[in-house]
Amino acid sequence: MTNFAPASTFNAGSAGKWRRAILRLILLSVLVIFALFYLMPLFVMVTTSLKSLEEIRTGSLVALPREVTFEAWRTAWSSACTGIQCEGLRPYFWNSVQLAIPAVLISTLLGAINGYVIAQWKFRGANLIFSLMLFGCFIPFQVVLLPMARTLGLMGLAGSIPGLIFVHVVYGIGFTTLFFRNYYVSVPSELVKAAKVDGAGFFRIFWSIFLPLSLPIIVVTVIWQFTQIWNDFLFGVSFSQAGTQPITVALNNIVNSTTGVKEYNVDMAAAIIAALPTLLVYVVAGKYFIRGLTAGSVKG
Amino acid sequence: MAPILDITSLYKNYGQTEILKDINVSIEPGDFLVLVGPSGCGKSTLLNCIAGLEPITSGSIEIDGRDMTQVSPKDRDIAMVFQSYALYPTMTVAKNITFGMKVRGVDAATQEAKLQQVASQLQIEQLLHRRPSQLSGGQRQRVAMGRALVRDPKLFLFDEPLSNLDAKLRVEMRSEIKKLHLNLGASMVYVTHDQIEAMTLATKIVVLKGGVVQQIGSPAEIYNRPANLFVADFMGSPAMNLIPARTHKNGSGTRIEIARDTGEPLVLSDPNSDLPSDVILGLRPEDIAEAGFRAGEGVQEARCVIDMVEPAGADTYVVSRLGGKQVTARLHAETKAQPGQPLNLAFDLSKVSYFAPETGERLN
Repeated sequence: MTNFAPASTFNAGSAGKWRRAILRLILLSVLVIFALFYLMPLFVMVTTSLKSLEEIRTGSLVALPREVTFEAWRTAWSSACTGIQCEGLRPYFWNSVQLAIPAVLISTLLGAINGYVIAQWKFRGANLIFSLMLFGCFIPFQVVLLPMARTLGLMGLAGSIPGLIFVHVVYGIGFTTLFFRNYYVSVPSELVKAAKVDGAGFFRIFWSIFLPLSLPIIVVTVIWQFTQIWNDFLFGVSFSQAGTQPITVALNNIVNSTTGVKEYNVDMAAAIIAALPTLLVYVVAGKYFIRGLTAGSVKG
Repeated sequence: MAPILDITSLYKNYGQTEILKDINVSIEPGDFLVLVGPSGCGKSTLLNCIAGLEPITSGSIEIDGRDMTQVSPKDRDIAMVFQSYALYPTMTVAKNITFGMKVRGVDAATQEAKLQQVASQLQIEQLLHRRPSQLSGGQRQRVAMGRALVRDPKLFLFDEPLSNLDAKLRVEMRSEIKKLHLNLGASMVYVTHDQIEAMTLATKIVVLKGGVVQQIGSPAEIYNRPANLFVADFMGSPAMNLIPARTHKNGSGTRIEIARDTGEPLVLSDPNSDLPSDVILGLRPEDIAEAGFRAGEGVQEARCVIDMVEPAGADTYVVSRLGGKQVTARLHAETKAQPGQPLNLAFDLSKVSYFAPETGERLN
């Protein structure tokens, strides 16, 4: 347990000691209450998804399942109805995977190259271009829907997964460039000079010197982009058609297209399935995320 | 012999700002050229121009007879050591040294042989598998030198390579660089703001100020016959005494009067009759000694009040006020000089420099 009170060198006496203990107790209680408050929805989701419909109807919302069943998970994954089709989330999950992985990789790579150019190969207008890219980060999604639909139509990508990849790459470049530019700005420019004298060219310097330095910022960018793209609903619902919808759209359809009884357990399971990949990315790479955000200069 | 490096009327502007103005320098193979000047004088920019890392506005740069003005750095046959060493942080020492050869497609066996040769020359064999972050400043310095040496270039470029080291290590590395230059017989261009480094290393010094060459010459020429007040003041430590004086024609020579606070001027005479009525008289501290310890044709003695005595071990510096300036003299260590007491000083006018007060240019 972390010692919250400052370590004191003087003898505070027993009264002071009690005071500190009580303060610490209050502090911890508040923290525990908040933690429970935030964990409650997750708890309800998980337990509900493990109950049968019968038990949900009769039991309490916060009670543990009397009988654990994975039936709702099976249904959510492979046979829940999204509108008229009843194939569960599975096909849409793979749509999202096929969409998110290339979109994350391409936008991260482009951001790295952009950041490298803007930070280390200064050219006339570099700052203007960087400002415009930053500006792109703040354009609300809704504004670009119509022009993007027209663009995708002209490119022949309307309603396809490559089309969605394109949208997410375009929208992601602003952020990924910002991340990499800020990271590469702290790399001493003499490194590029030394490599130039050594005979390395633009891409050689990028691959051999800058990319190996970049692990923390790559992790940050990948987490950021993956979360954005996986959780996106608006682009997914606007630029997809029957066979190409991402998981967020399918989840919405499952929850909204129930006929007859509302299957809360299936809804809960489906929501958890949809959220699992981002959760996994955070658990696996989370510590790099914090480290990468705070990483400053690259010491030689 | 053809010059190894020939810079002709080089200009460099950043927008409207002129960084370098009409630079003309050339060096012979085996020369050690030092570019020296205060910070912001353009010396590092000039080095970057020679390396091809900065484009020049006009003029030309030839290396070993080839016009390199428009050639990219990798094709100039140069190697460069940077102030921050610029070691590639994710590569081991060995990879740092061989990176240039790898980029150029040198075969692995040659790379290994050259690496071993350079490593033993610089005594860094035991460091080859470490990363730059695991090295001390001096070790990084050596690796940076290794990366340059392994290339065996026509021209070595050094950009303040010692300024990040502590004082003791700096002196050590300085003499190592000097040794290296003697052993290799290579041509080197070296940038520093440290005039002692410039004096000890150079065969030729270029003094820069505000992007303009002040003087080019051997260390002895720069030291003994500075071309103007800036060079006189910048080179040498303690700096040259620059004393305002009035002159009067006196037969075939000149009578020189230096005002003193006591009212009675200090009078010296010089056989040179070609001086204007107002001059700045320049004498290095070592050219003013205690009377009786310096003999020769130009030596003249005068009684001066000593304001301050600074023993420095091997020598004792004394300060006296002449012509409104603090004038430093370098005496022997056992001098009896006392603050506030007068002392007979010997001025060696055979070493004197005269400057015009308005232009600062040398007169004699």
